[in-house]
Amino acid sequence: MAKDHNAILLHSIDEAAVHAGLSIGLPLANARAICPELTVYDADPAADSKTLNDIADWCDRFTPLVALDPPYGLFLDITGCAHLFGGERALLQIVTNALRQRGFAVSAAISGTSIAARTLTRCASGMIVADGEEAAAVGPLPVAALGADPAITTGLRRAGLKTIGDVAARAPHEISARFGAAFTTLLGHALGRGDAPISPRKPLPDYIVEKRFPEPVATDTVIMLTLQSLAKMLVAAMDKQGKGARQLEASFFRTDGAVCSIMVETGRPVTQPELIDRLFRERLEALNDPLDPGFGFDLIRLAAGRTEIVVQQQRDLDANVHDNDQLSALIDRIAARIGGKRVVVHLPLESHIPERAALAVPAQHHLAAANAAAWPERVAGEPPLRPLRLFERPEPIKVPFATVPDGPPHQFTWRRALHAVVRIEGPERIAMEWWKREGGSLTRDYFRVEDAEGQRFWIFRDGLYESELKDDDGEPRPANWYVHGLFA
Amino acid sequence: MNGARMSTLASLRGSIARIEAPMDAGLDAGLSNRIALGHPSADAMLRGGLAPATLHEVFADGHQAGAATGFITGLAGRLSPRKPLVWVRQDFSDVENGTLSMSGLCELGLDPRLLVTVRAADVDAALRTAADALACDALGAVVIEIWGNVRQLDLVASRKLTLAAQASGVSALLLRIAATPIPSTAETRWIVRAAHSPPGSTASAWGAPRFDAELVRNRHGPVGRWIMEWKCDECQFSEPPAYPQPLAATPAHRPHQAPARAVRLAS
Repeated sequence: MAKDHNAILLHSIDEAAVHAGLSIGLPLANARAICPELTVYDADPAADSKTLNDIADWCDRFTPLVALDPPYGLFLDITGCAHLFGGERALLQIVTNALRQRGFAVSAAISGTSIAARTLTRCASGMIVADGEEAAAVGPLPVAALGADPAITTGLRRAGLKTIGDVAARAPHEISARFGAAFTTLLGHALGRGDAPISPRKPLPDYIVEKRFPEPVATDTVIMLTLQSLAKMLVAAMDKQGKGARQLEASFFRTDGAVCSIMVETGRPVTQPELIDRLFRERLEALNDPLDPGFGFDLIRLAAGRTEIVVQQQRDLDANVHDNDQLSALIDRIAARIGGKRVVVHLPLESHIPERAALAVPAQHHLAAANAAAWPERVAGEPPLRPLRLFERPEPIKVPFATVPDGPPHQFTWRRALHAVVRIEGPERIAMEWWKREGGSLTRDYFRVEDAEGQRFWIFRDGLYESELKDDDGEPRPANWYVHGLFA
Repeated sequence: MNGARMSTLASLRGSIARIEAPMDAGLDAGLSNRIALGHPSADAMLRGGLAPATLHEVFADGHQAGAATGFITGLAGRLSPRKPLVWVRQDFSDVENGTLSMSGLCELGLDPRLLVTVRAADVDAALRTAADALACDALGAVVIEIWGNVRQLDLVASRKLTLAAQASGVSALLLRIAATPIPSTAETRWIVRAAHSPPGSTASAWGAPRFDAELVRNRHGPVGRWIMEWKCDECQFSEPPAYPQPLAATPAHRPHQAPARAVRLAS
């Protein structure tokens, strides 16, 4: 049951309820009057959609192209897959039986176009319609099976058009004029004239290899051995076309229907089975909740989601290439274990704002760019002008007084410690990027200061005295000071 | 009884010698490829310079993070001038001590293109990543920055790092900020503080970075304490020139009392 406009209505019902004379949309009070022993539960659309997703995950074992048809439908594109399961009829049997065993009410049909198949499932479950025979198969079905808007269905019924065949017999322009062009298109699709494309949940991987087990496997040794042999098969398949994998996904299908997928990305195309094996080992070891085999896996699949053409390089002569290979392999390994975003290289940015001068980017994808980056040259003979350690958020410091309002401080308190300034250089004025329209960013006057202990700080005053630092009455107000970095 | 004991002792000594032999042989061979820091007296104390392919530790107080980072960057720059550098640190280190600034690295004469930073979530991940990185001989050095006293970084962990470094030839540099030194297998251990700029007026420019570096442990030699200056252009340490203290010239005849007239004038 679900609440709709303050009325509690039946949201969905099971077969027994249909026999008792209930229908979807009936108010709960009426339903109780018809059938006093009715058991009701709150509708939970979120859980419904999760269940549908879980079923779709399970269906991945039949074909990689599975599309959702909310709220209760799934499309499986079984082109070229049916023979692996003993033909279309056998596949249909496997799917429906497996789902029925788990307690779902299921109706399924196979046909040349997706809409025709959907129409068949509504009223003629279990049918298999060959290409070109859709019109004959769909014709005798009631118009409600089309799944069009309820207003259209009612309208058709009132016009005396009871079956889809009746509607198809009318001239298309009459139907369009009365019910709109979208309905005509839907009707055409249902009759096998053209097809609406389905949108699969996941992009089709470039290469897939998989291994099915007659007996479910649960031990780590067997799982790792299987991954090894799958990696060999995958590499052999990719090698024929000179490709290497940039993104790999291992899927573990449990006997109870749960599916666990593990993704690994690499910085450059992988062509060695040992490397694939090692990356997955790292990833599996680092999982927060280890792979739970439950009652065992009956299918393990390895897919290369993204592949690239491998440029063969001669390695013996150029040690540098070899070193870079090793470095990127190391980066892949670390990234597989602790996450790709935690291994970074740095790229220069065109900005004079100190905290924006460099950008940390994932090393897996930007290693080559970082190696070729052009950093600003240092001025020879000068002491360091920029700090070695830079705080992401400048830390406020307390400056008790300055001799002149826009002068440097003589002492400051940072992290509860008082620092007496013995040496000052500055100011270096850095204005914010006015063309970027950031409210509240003020011009900064940076000073390089050294305290009595010899520590060197990079501090700044936020805002220009008198011109930028004014309170609401136009009177000058004291400036805020920050420490932004530490020099070596 | 006594003879049996003696023979047991002898055999134990023999096995210890056998365990230590490859290491010492490696060190003797390593003497020739020691890398000079550029600071003459420190290099003399280190018998020619810093040994590559081992573990070196740098300790500093919490508020000396800038100096310690500068010093260890200098060591890394000396040990692997042209090879990639992996810097492993913990997430919160960015907040506590600031991130490593690339422009600052450039200013010290090092190349940010060679730096790969790993931000580990905890000490275990950091140590594991460091051990992995040390196994990759394409690298020049691995810097492991660990803040505070941690239980995981014991003698076993440092032994693992040392062995990994010896096997691959990559130097391991351990930066310990706000930590107390504990026994380890490090080749050298330094305690670093910031040193004063040479005396001069308040408004005069400061010079190159200066460190007050104390060598508190040296496995194969004596220890010492020096003021080291980092030469950004040459990319090496140096001994700062002895600046003459600016002193007022002593007058030949200086009366004990100033003339009364001068006092009146001054008032």
